[in-house]
Amino acid sequence: MQMDLRTVTIKPQRQTFDHIARRIGADKAATRYQEGTLEVQATHNFHYRPTWDPDHEIFDASRSAIKMADWYAFKDPRQFYYGAYTLARAKQQETAESNFDFVEGRGLADTLPAELTDTVLKLLLPLRHAAWGGNMNAAFITAYGYGTALTQPCIFHSMDMLGIAQYITRVGLLLGDDVEVLDTAKQSWMEDSAWQGLRRYVEDCFVLKDPLEVFVAQMVALDGLLYPLVYETIIDNVLSSKGGTPIAMLTQFMTDWFAETRKWVDATVKTAAAESAENKTQMETWITHWRDRAAAALMPIAQIALGAEADAITSEVVDQFNARMAKAGVSL
Amino acid sequence: MDMKVGKKKLGLKEKYQHMTRGLGWETTYQSMDDVFPFVKYEGIKIHDWDKWEDPFRLTMDAYWKYQAEKERKLYAIIDAYAQNNGHLNVTDARYLNAIKLFLNGISPLEYMAHRGFAMTGRQFPGVGARVACLMQSLDEIRHAQTQIHSLSNYNKYYNGFHDYRHMLERVWYLSVPRSFFDDAVTAGPFEFMVAIGFSFEYVLTNLLFVPFVSGAAYNGDMGTMTFGFSAQSDEARHMTLGLEVIKFVLEQDPDNLPIVQQWIDKWTWRGYRVLTLVGMMMDYMLPKRIMSWKEAWEVYFEENGGALFKDLARYGIRPPKWLDQIEQDKDHISHQAWATFYNYAAACNFHTWIPTDDELDWLSQKYPNSFDKYYRPRLEHWREEAKKGNRFYNKTLPMLCQTCQIPMIFTEPGDPTQICYREVDYKDNKYHFCSDGCKEIFEHEPEKYIQAWLPVHQIYQGNCFEEGVDPTAEGFDPLSAVLDYYHLAQGRDNLDFEGSEDQKNFEAWRGMATKNAA
Repeated sequence: MQMDLRTVTIKPQRQTFDHIARRIGADKAATRYQEGTLEVQATHNFHYRPTWDPDHEIFDASRSAIKMADWYAFKDPRQFYYGAYTLARAKQQETAESNFDFVEGRGLADTLPAELTDTVLKLLLPLRHAAWGGNMNAAFITAYGYGTALTQPCIFHSMDMLGIAQYITRVGLLLGDDVEVLDTAKQSWMEDSAWQGLRRYVEDCFVLKDPLEVFVAQMVALDGLLYPLVYETIIDNVLSSKGGTPIAMLTQFMTDWFAETRKWVDATVKTAAAESAENKTQMETWITHWRDRAAAALMPIAQIALGAEADAITSEVVDQFNARMAKAGVSL
Repeated sequence: MDMKVGKKKLGLKEKYQHMTRGLGWETTYQSMDDVFPFVKYEGIKIHDWDKWEDPFRLTMDAYWKYQAEKERKLYAIIDAYAQNNGHLNVTDARYLNAIKLFLNGISPLEYMAHRGFAMTGRQFPGVGARVACLMQSLDEIRHAQTQIHSLSNYNKYYNGFHDYRHMLERVWYLSVPRSFFDDAVTAGPFEFMVAIGFSFEYVLTNLLFVPFVSGAAYNGDMGTMTFGFSAQSDEARHMTLGLEVIKFVLEQDPDNLPIVQQWIDKWTWRGYRVLTLVGMMMDYMLPKRIMSWKEAWEVYFEENGGALFKDLARYGIRPPKWLDQIEQDKDHISHQAWATFYNYAAACNFHTWIPTDDELDWLSQKYPNSFDKYYRPRLEHWREEAKKGNRFYNKTLPMLCQTCQIPMIFTEPGDPTQICYREVDYKDNKYHFCSDGCKEIFEHEPEKYIQAWLPVHQIYQGNCFEEGVDPTAEGFDPLSAVLDYYHLAQGRDNLDFEGSEDQKNFEAWRGMATKNAA
């Protein structure tokens, strides 16, 4: 029996779960982001210590030097829970798909000057591995970070990095003659001196133990310099002006992704630094350290496309980064 | 237009392989041992990670596309269900208690699975392994959230859902599912994969998922049914991964076999113990039953599982230990569990009741070897007592098994009139167990299991009262102090279904929906 109940109004006993109501007030309906995020991770009365880390609980705030009175002070301004996240990415992949179709369908890859194609392959393809490293670093924070408000955006970030590695691969397969371009790029990643600074940077991140330091090294410093430099500056401006607009279409996902994701990164930096003087100092120390290392590691890569201009343009990107951090409350 | 020649179209599988081709690398600036510090300590030997085929073969763009489509449909139904007061369509209000059990006991495990798969994904050096684990990690946070969002609507109208996160870490029976998952994530990455990826997701998943989702469908609960069906295609991927793990590990080195066998024994037993709650739900809590626990065990474990272990025999794997005991237990455990919850209904956030005569007859018919002889007379006795105003509430605390944390309610194999007790002396303490299985699991890793946060012990140690409560004060009521600590509303969340607020509200609201106002 199907009843049509639309005319019946029942007064709810409560608007949301108690742990949400204790934070937002009992008289308000909670959003899906709030119900899917706030206090979802266990915090008390763990049964066993990890055999792989007996000095800590399964989830343990003391894995980080950053101290928070409340780890749910972190908020994702995008309000991403799984559903909102996949819907946003599905829309972006649709755009990416039609961009690839457009470029492929009109054979635009073959109209590119050979020199430019060569530059793109050299610059872009080894970044697959950097993205793969980003996937691993974000997975680390998802696994060992504290509080769903911080760890949830990191699983999204991790999978975004995998997606980006796959988009780069597609660009390579489209521009290159054969899948061997992937092997050539890997060889560069492993051996060419231009890439060793970045590879060392990524590998050094793999052995960090503090989830917030990994966040700073990966999401703040490396992503914060690499995406503006490679995608916004080199591809969208410099190469486009030399006839490389199709490349900008193929990497639109990365440009859009960074513009969106940095809002979450900025909010997180801001919240951590605003918590206490100690946090602020710690964030400044880390960001300065990793920014300098990232800038140095990216310089020889910028040279692949920019030659002698690499120095000046990288400096500009660093200046923009500093201004961005200043807005987030961290003076460098 | 000038098209390049010789660029052949790639098939899906080939395309996928290129997408992940060579993404990982042997690190040189940091040693592989430092980068992947947990991959050796369990004793599992892996020689070639590339042999791990990613069974999902989903690129991220395809994943986003498919999953977003599913989310769109799912949330449209959740919204419609809430808007139309769909909850009033369930068979009767007793059914709500089954989904209280689900939100309180199962949904938080989905979240733990999310974090656990992120841990293993981070720790495995192989590309295929990592992608598969991280994709499952992402799916699992989906399952946690779609469940929370679906059941949120029930929380608005009914009791017992309202503080599930707080209760999970405190209420006595919830330590059973919680300690199960804590056990898995505190193990190394390979054991986690055998525990959750294989034993739970592959061998036992049908016994968890099918009863709840079909139970929802049978009982008019569109909300729960929809997230269940929507999760099904994810589950199919997870099952593939679970099997892939076992085969990969066993093919890598013959020394892995005894380690994996011990894990399969342990985790089948641990999982089986947790499923006691599901068995009870199937036999007692669904007003419209799907099948009995016993039948479900026979179909999903004995038949399907039997075929699986036959298939794994070529790797040297034998069926899990203690199956002979489980075979005997299937006539008993659901009844023993329901009796326990009936006893402890004062300390519980869902209601219990005595089945109706029809339901008692159904149980007699489904359990011809045990129900009439051992369990029906007791239920009928309690019913008589309740009629006289003596509804039985047990006010003492039960002894818990150190491993599975279920009260010691199970009986000796072969003698349903004798409670099964096992004990072990370890470092000047005596530890108690419900079974040979739980005892042996303890003996294999005593240093782990002595840490268990046993709810009854914690109450006796004075750790389960709100801050500032003085247990030595005159008139101190320990039960009510513990309920405060649980955030369990006395008289609303607990006690018998008969006379409960849920029962009255449901009746009144359904009346509003089906009858004209006087």
